[in-house]
Amino acid sequence: MNDLGWIDLALRSAQPRVMGALMRYFCNLDLAEEAFQEACLAALRKWPGQSPPQDPAAWLILVGRNAAIDTVRRQSKEEPLPPEDALSTPEDTEWSLAQRLDDAQYRDDILRLLFICCHPELPATQQIALALRIVSGLTVKEIARAFLVGEAAMEQRLTRAKARVADANVPFETPDEPERARRLTGVTAVIYLMFNEGYSATGGDALIRAPLCDEAIRLGRLLLRLFPDQPELMGLLALMLLQHARAAARLDGDGAIVLLEDQDRGLWNRSLIDEGRALLDKAIRHRTRGPYQIQAAIAALHSGAKRYGDTDWRQIALLYAALEEIQPSPVVRLNRAVAVSKVNGPDAALAMIEPLAGEISNYFYFFGVKGSLLEQLGRKEEARVAFDRAIALAHTPAEAAHIRMHLDRLANPSPCSERAT
Amino acid sequence: MLYAVLCYNNEDITGSWTKEEDDMVMARLATVTDRLDKAGKLGPVARLMPTTAATTLRKGGYGKRLEPGPEPPVVTDGPFAETKEQLLGFYVIECSGLEEALEIVRQLGQANPGGAYEIRPVSLFFPGGKVA
Repeated sequence: MNDLGWIDLALRSAQPRVMGALMRYFCNLDLAEEAFQEACLAALRKWPGQSPPQDPAAWLILVGRNAAIDTVRRQSKEEPLPPEDALSTPEDTEWSLAQRLDDAQYRDDILRLLFICCHPELPATQQIALALRIVSGLTVKEIARAFLVGEAAMEQRLTRAKARVADANVPFETPDEPERARRLTGVTAVIYLMFNEGYSATGGDALIRAPLCDEAIRLGRLLLRLFPDQPELMGLLALMLLQHARAAARLDGDGAIVLLEDQDRGLWNRSLIDEGRALLDKAIRHRTRGPYQIQAAIAALHSGAKRYGDTDWRQIALLYAALEEIQPSPVVRLNRAVAVSKVNGPDAALAMIEPLAGEISNYFYFFGVKGSLLEQLGRKEEARVAFDRAIALAHTPAEAAHIRMHLDRLANPSPCSERAT
Repeated sequence: MLYAVLCYNNEDITGSWTKEEDDMVMARLATVTDRLDKAGKLGPVARLMPTTAATTLRKGGYGKRLEPGPEPPVVTDGPFAETKEQLLGFYVIECSGLEEALEIVRQLGQANPGGAYEIRPVSLFFPGGKVA
């Protein structure tokens, strides 16, 4: 790795902590960003050819803070900071000073920063984009690419989003426990959304959007390191790792969805699966169930089956029932019905989803599942009607292609089964 | 003398390596460890999962005659030490002394720069059976 390689990695991995601290000092996103940019420029001038500072984040916080104080020509009331030159050598004042400045608060700093990005008034995609820019440090170009929009359009969106959170007035004092829990819940939801934005992409988009999954996992790791005893955070990270482990097997060469039952399980990433299961183990020890843990447990059961036929559907159906109890939704009911169809047959499953018809009559997946259950029951004509409806509602060509395959099968019967990916 | 070489680095950074970068570093390390292995100097090697997967058991205090005291052990999530760099793996190597251990560790450091290695003489060693 050349100098710029490690410097870039060091800057990016330090960004959440540095931005979090700069936000605390300046209470202003623009100023904090500017200060961070200044600090990065200084690092790019100073670091090449040297060994990295022992604590790059501390170095950047101090340099950025000085630069911004300079910018606003504001007299610091704090003790004078050492000049930038004094910071460039390791083992100097940097270490103790930065620790005094920072260590006590930085986890709340990072949480606050993420929470500001996840402001509830912003639409979900803007929350994600802002977090990617401010916390993860992706460039506007990279974010635009991940959202399949032009760079100028993304720049505009980010500017608007920043303007809105500028008035967010998230308090800067250390949060109490309930407030901390509230922030964590909001932030984890957005991280999972970010993951799903990347995960649900298909076709050529899947490759382009994969960084969303990587970033979500990175943020999940970061948060869990800051809040190591939170079982739902363990569950979220486990869930993302277990799902991401299947990435290589989920799409075929043409970008079409490969169903779980047809995936080459040899392509699953074992080390991600092992890590996900280890995290789930840790979470379960706390004996407080939650939706991420349950979903992770379901994903773990799938990943533990050597062949599709070995899948423990009984356990999966129970877990979906538990999930529905704490987080009822038509989508959970649908997934539960699929598991139930494996255990108790398509009749039972169909009875479970029929009451949903009114609620989600515009949902592709509902008609896909319904069609498949009817198909299994030999009610061909009704199945065809459901599949036709599913095609009309499909969001992506891959979804439509998948349903067409079912229709073909109705015309040319062969042993069939159905599973969602 | 047997030495344990404990590998410390910033897991934020090593965790951000692309697969290509990771493979590249692992390949370079393999040339060093292959050499050590041929020379009969390499014991068990482990790369550890991220510290988020760690759990720590803090043991209870001492009672009489160094037996366990009244407080039970406490299990906490996360690694034992919160540090800027994390314990990410270890080697066990056979060396004539600290000089040779340092020489070997320098080679590992050439293959995988950044972070630190802690070199600890091993006082008790069980090679163990096959576990993986």
